[in-house]
Amino acid sequence: MSWDWQVFCQDTMDRDIVQSCFGKGGDITYLDWMLSAWGWTVSVSVLALVLALLLGSLIGTLRTLQDRPMVVRLGNAWVELFRNIPLLVQIFLWYHVLPSLFPVLHGVPGFLLVVLALGFFTSARIAEQVRSGIQALPRGQRYAGLAMGFTTFQTYRYVLLPMAFRIIIPPLTSETMNIFKNSSVAFAVSVAELTMFAMQAQEETSRGIEVYLAVTGLYIVSAFAINRIMAFIEKRARIPGMALASAGGGGH
Amino acid sequence: MNLDFSFYNWDLISNFVLKGLYFSLVLTLVATVGGVLFGTVLALMRLSGKKWLEVPATIYVNGMRSIPLVMVILWFFLLVPAIIGRPIGAEMSAVITFIAFEAAYFSEIMRAGIQSIPKGQVHAGQALGMTYGQNMKLVVLPQAFRNMLPVLLTQTIILFQDTSLVYAIGAYDMLKGFEVAGKNFGRPIEAYLAAAVLYFVMCYALSWLVKRLHQKIAIIR
Repeated sequence: MSWDWQVFCQDTMDRDIVQSCFGKGGDITYLDWMLSAWGWTVSVSVLALVLALLLGSLIGTLRTLQDRPMVVRLGNAWVELFRNIPLLVQIFLWYHVLPSLFPVLHGVPGFLLVVLALGFFTSARIAEQVRSGIQALPRGQRYAGLAMGFTTFQTYRYVLLPMAFRIIIPPLTSETMNIFKNSSVAFAVSVAELTMFAMQAQEETSRGIEVYLAVTGLYIVSAFAINRIMAFIEKRARIPGMALASAGGGGH
Repeated sequence: MNLDFSFYNWDLISNFVLKGLYFSLVLTLVATVGGVLFGTVLALMRLSGKKWLEVPATIYVNGMRSIPLVMVILWFFLLVPAIIGRPIGAEMSAVITFIAFEAAYFSEIMRAGIQSIPKGQVHAGQALGMTYGQNMKLVVLPQAFRNMLPVLLTQTIILFQDTSLVYAIGAYDMLKGFEVAGKNFGRPIEAYLAAAVLYFVMCYALSWLVKRLHQKIAIIR
């Protein structure tokens, strides 16, 4: 078997090889298509990550309120609901089922529905991390905050959450990498992201190995980039003498 | 819009859903057993202290773990028939893929489990004159498996959810069963809802059982 990397320089319409590998005017080559697909993967993942962090932090925090059993139960139900249905099924629910049950969602583009699906799915996992981060803190921290005259909100804002978020940076790193990997499931509802590109370009060009290698490479590059970014954040946020979640045991 | 679940009768369920459910369960079972076996080998390679075993196992595990499962499914569906020289069905391809993919995750669990056994136990085994194989088989692995059982089972639940991704190559699993039934009867919305409910009930029940087991094991220890 021989390689044929020229496939990426082909025009997607007439299959002529374009000299610069980038299409001119309205034409696009497979390379153009792949890069735009990478853009879609990054957009879906980043937007879903923002949503998941906001929702997950909120739900995770609510689950640690000691004098609100109803709220805690609701938070637990949220986590169980989104953790026990496969992501692909959740994407179908957002894409096919919810718009026909709630006509308001009719005009919403599929891209946003996938962001919502992935964001809600991941929020349950982040909520679990945030909860375990808060509960890993010694009880005395909460009491100290309350004894200082802080309200519950202030205790969380100034005492508990700053510590908890630092503790859970390592698991949050892997959740962020998971979001990028999970965004591939969006192929099932025709979002033009990398996996969708891989399937279609493979079919059109029959150069599956080259196409898959390039796409896999982009996924690995993305994962590596996230890893570095999170390592940078971890380093910047570090407080001397504090142990992290992955380090396990000892300290707090 | 009105929901109508009346088209669900026993014929439909046994023709479409049970056929898919059967494949999903078989795939989960085979991939768990195969993945744990292969994963244990990978974990032992990584802990062997020999570079020529460690490096390939590490590359394999980290490689698998940084690629989306859907891409791995597509890769195997493309490569396996090319390598063995004849077409294999989507179902067979899915089985091979899941064993290879989940082994990477199981190996990380096994590695943590093996490392959770204090070094003194290994040394005690060596002092008794046990070979490496005996030490692993009689001292380390039985304890590691027990420590790791809840995590292994949780991973199996995740694996069961992941089997829905064989959608990418058109294998006939539980989700596909619901989808085909929904299309045939013109009720796709109800089909997706029913699929979600069934997945939820099964996964929730299983994770509840794992939690119970975890408490039991924790008390004995």
